[in-house]
Amino acid sequence: MAINITGHDIVKAAALLGAGIAMGLGAIGPGVGEGFAAGKACESIGRKPEEAGLITRTMLVGQAVSESTGIYSLVVALLLIFVV
Amino acid sequence: MLDVQTFVGLSKDLSAGLCIGLGAIGAALGEGYTAGFANKAISQRPEKGGDIAKSMLVGQAMAESAAIFALVIAVLLLFMDVSSAHPLKAFALIGAGLSMGFGAFGSAVGGGYPAAEACLGISRQPAVTGELITNMLIGSAVCQTPSIFAMVISLILMFIGFENEPLHPTWAALIGAGLSIGLSSIGSGIGGGMPAGESCAGIARNPESAGQVTTAMLVGQAVAQTPCIFGLLVSFILIFKVPAATTSIVPAVALLSAGICMGLGGIGPGIGNGYAAQGAVKWISRRLEASGTLTRIMLVGQAVSQSTAIYAMVISLVLIFVL
Repeated sequence: MAINITGHDIVKAAALLGAGIAMGLGAIGPGVGEGFAAGKACESIGRKPEEAGLITRTMLVGQAVSESTGIYSLVVALLLIFVV
Repeated sequence: MLDVQTFVGLSKDLSAGLCIGLGAIGAALGEGYTAGFANKAISQRPEKGGDIAKSMLVGQAMAESAAIFALVIAVLLLFMDVSSAHPLKAFALIGAGLSMGFGAFGSAVGGGYPAAEACLGISRQPAVTGELITNMLIGSAVCQTPSIFAMVISLILMFIGFENEPLHPTWAALIGAGLSIGLSSIGSGIGGGMPAGESCAGIARNPESAGQVTTAMLVGQAVAQTPCIFGLLVSFILIFKVPAATTSIVPAVALLSAGICMGLGGIGPGIGNGYAAQGAVKWISRRLEASGTLTRIMLVGQAVSQSTAIYAMVISLVLIFVL
């Protein structure tokens, strides 16, 4: 069983491994952060249910900002898979 | 030159060590957390020491079950007969050990939270000891789901034959399958424990809320299991999709990378879903009339927090099917 390894193969293989690690690690932070925002929003709504609309809106804006690093990881992973 | 039997035997022993070595970490942490809170509870109400110690032991036994799964897999691996094994078995066994080793971590840590809060709850409200223990048992049973998924994948990897598959890219798929469910279980296990712990605290604070708190806990926990179900799905695809034989290194790395991507990507959303459910359960017990709004906002928050796990699954599927 001979595995033929050329320079181009090594670059491609490293790019694919990098894509997996980029998206995998990149998903940890936004996942925890957005959940934390949601948990705190629920606590705030519990304290002041009449402000539920404002709190939900703020939660979604905060989560959207926290999502940005996850989207960066997704973009980098797609670039590594399809462009490199 | 290493012959095939020595190679498979070596990987079998390595895998058994990884399995119980990694698998023991979470149980020790979760049970220590429980014991710490049980001591605190006994110091607050020493006359209930017996009940608290009993519920501590029951809770610890539940948290222990993930480590026991890891022990069972490690013992099965140690005594496995590999005298006529195919070389792919070596990689399947390493995948099995990684799957169960990482997979036991989250469930055991998560199982410690409800046990700890149940002990503390008995010292606050000794009258509801029965309800607290029931709720703790339900919550920590759901926490064990990710470790059961990991055990299923380990057993499949150990006992399925891979004789008809090409050695070269398949070896990476088998290791990737173990990493995918193993790593993604960490987040779901911890995330499942957070609302379970908070619901025990909530029932102790407001015993009338028990029904609604338990329901909200179960909904929150069910959503927190989603990342490890994605991990399970990717593992199944990696195990059962037969890749084409090749001499290039690229397809093998793509399959390994798919497993790493889904595994790591599941950790964060699992823990995040747990935070969201914890916040909702905490306030449902204090303000029952707001439980509809709180459950709705919890689900919206969890859905947004889930998005990165979905990105990770998309990248994994692209790595498996497009390349």
